[in-house]
Amino acid sequence: MLKRPQYIVLGLVVVLTLLILNLPSKTTARLKLGIGSFFVPFFGLANSANRLAGRAGDAVLPRSEVLRENIALKQQNQELRLQAAREAELAHENDRLRKLLGWQQQQPRKYKLANVVLHDPANWWRTVQIDLGARDGVKVNMAVQTMEGLIGRVSSVMLTRSQVVLLGDPNCKVSARVLNSARDTGVIGGSGPLESEFVDLSYLSRNADLKPGQTVVTTGLGGIFPSDIPIGKVVDSRTEEYGLYTVARVKLAANLNDLEEVWVLLKP
Amino acid sequence: MTWLNTILILVAAFLVVFWQAAFGGVRHILGAQVDLLPALMVYASLCSDFATVCLLAVCGGLWFDSLSANPLGISVLPLFVIGLGLYINRGLILRDQTFAQFVLGLAASGAAPVMTLGLLLTAGHAPLFGWGTVWQLVVMTVGGALATPVCFALFDGLQRALVHRGASQTSFRPDREIRRGR
Repeated sequence: MLKRPQYIVLGLVVVLTLLILNLPSKTTARLKLGIGSFFVPFFGLANSANRLAGRAGDAVLPRSEVLRENIALKQQNQELRLQAAREAELAHENDRLRKLLGWQQQQPRKYKLANVVLHDPANWWRTVQIDLGARDGVKVNMAVQTMEGLIGRVSSVMLTRSQVVLLGDPNCKVSARVLNSARDTGVIGGSGPLESEFVDLSYLSRNADLKPGQTVVTTGLGGIFPSDIPIGKVVDSRTEEYGLYTVARVKLAANLNDLEEVWVLLKP
Repeated sequence: MTWLNTILILVAAFLVVFWQAAFGGVRHILGAQVDLLPALMVYASLCSDFATVCLLAVCGGLWFDSLSANPLGISVLPLFVIGLGLYINRGLILRDQTFAQFVLGLAASGAAPVMTLGLLLTAGHAPLFGWGTVWQLVVMTVGGALATPVCFALFDGLQRALVHRGASQTSFRPDREIRRGR
């Protein structure tokens, strides 16, 4: 058995743990920030190592492949410029029509690019950390997305880093709408522990007209996520709770397993 | 040089937590990230002193929780319980046997996440929990079990390389020397 000093240490460890678990959330957040800051230099090293590996890979790429990629990127650039010009015209027309009707002007959305620096080491949460924090203007509950669609929201902010809770995590619920004739609305909730590509859109009307391939977007309700950000597409549906409501299975537009760069929506 | 052993174990814990957060290769392939802290705790409880067990539980648990969405401190108690249980019974365990190391790693790597999930659910949190969690627990248990003998081999190698071992006593004793002749 243990000796007396060891019993004292045992008691101290248990008391310390219970003390930390019962601290107020603000104090806990500051403590997490302080302890997590030990890892910051290592994540910088990991990013540098990844970039070096990428450059090494680029160096051994054949010239013909590089030329082919260059031509494809130039073409894509031109298409995107045309699309951007067209959308600028549409936005201008939208503003003019809003003014004519006396509606409130829409504020332009402002995005900031962030790198994903780590994933949650625990298997029962779906979060990542990005390299933007309070000093970059990031605040809690800002929406985070990729070019493909919504991925989640900022759950906690530190000075230089922020934690983002992803779609599918039980702590990330999104009000969503199916782009069908009835514009059915529901709530995106948690998914299975192994299914990071799919989420469930719950509380849809039991008469909802759902078909595979229908697009799901945010509604803007709740004040956290702006409206009309793509989430994914309906795969199938089922009735739940003795037929009280319908649940649709939605395939996410963004790939949550391959997150490298994300966009934080600074202004809705 | 127990302090060197303690430092090596704590550095290994730090690197393990960093690796689990920064590199998701295992998660992409198997659908779950392997947690190596229980394997380290098995080594620390069988081959180090009680202070090292406590430090590993507290520091390893806090480092893990600081990078995760876990409430801070939730991972400390499961690691500490595993370490304490093994430390009290270390005299009965064949710590040099690879099979024993594997089995202990299996038990520790399975018990730690189960205890952590139990604490989370008791504290009112809602972790991602479903039938897929069973597969994740299997991956964590088997991964930790395979890593435990590797931990032992690695730290034994480091001990041999870095720690001076005193000369072992020979069987010669001057009072038992047989003097021949006159």
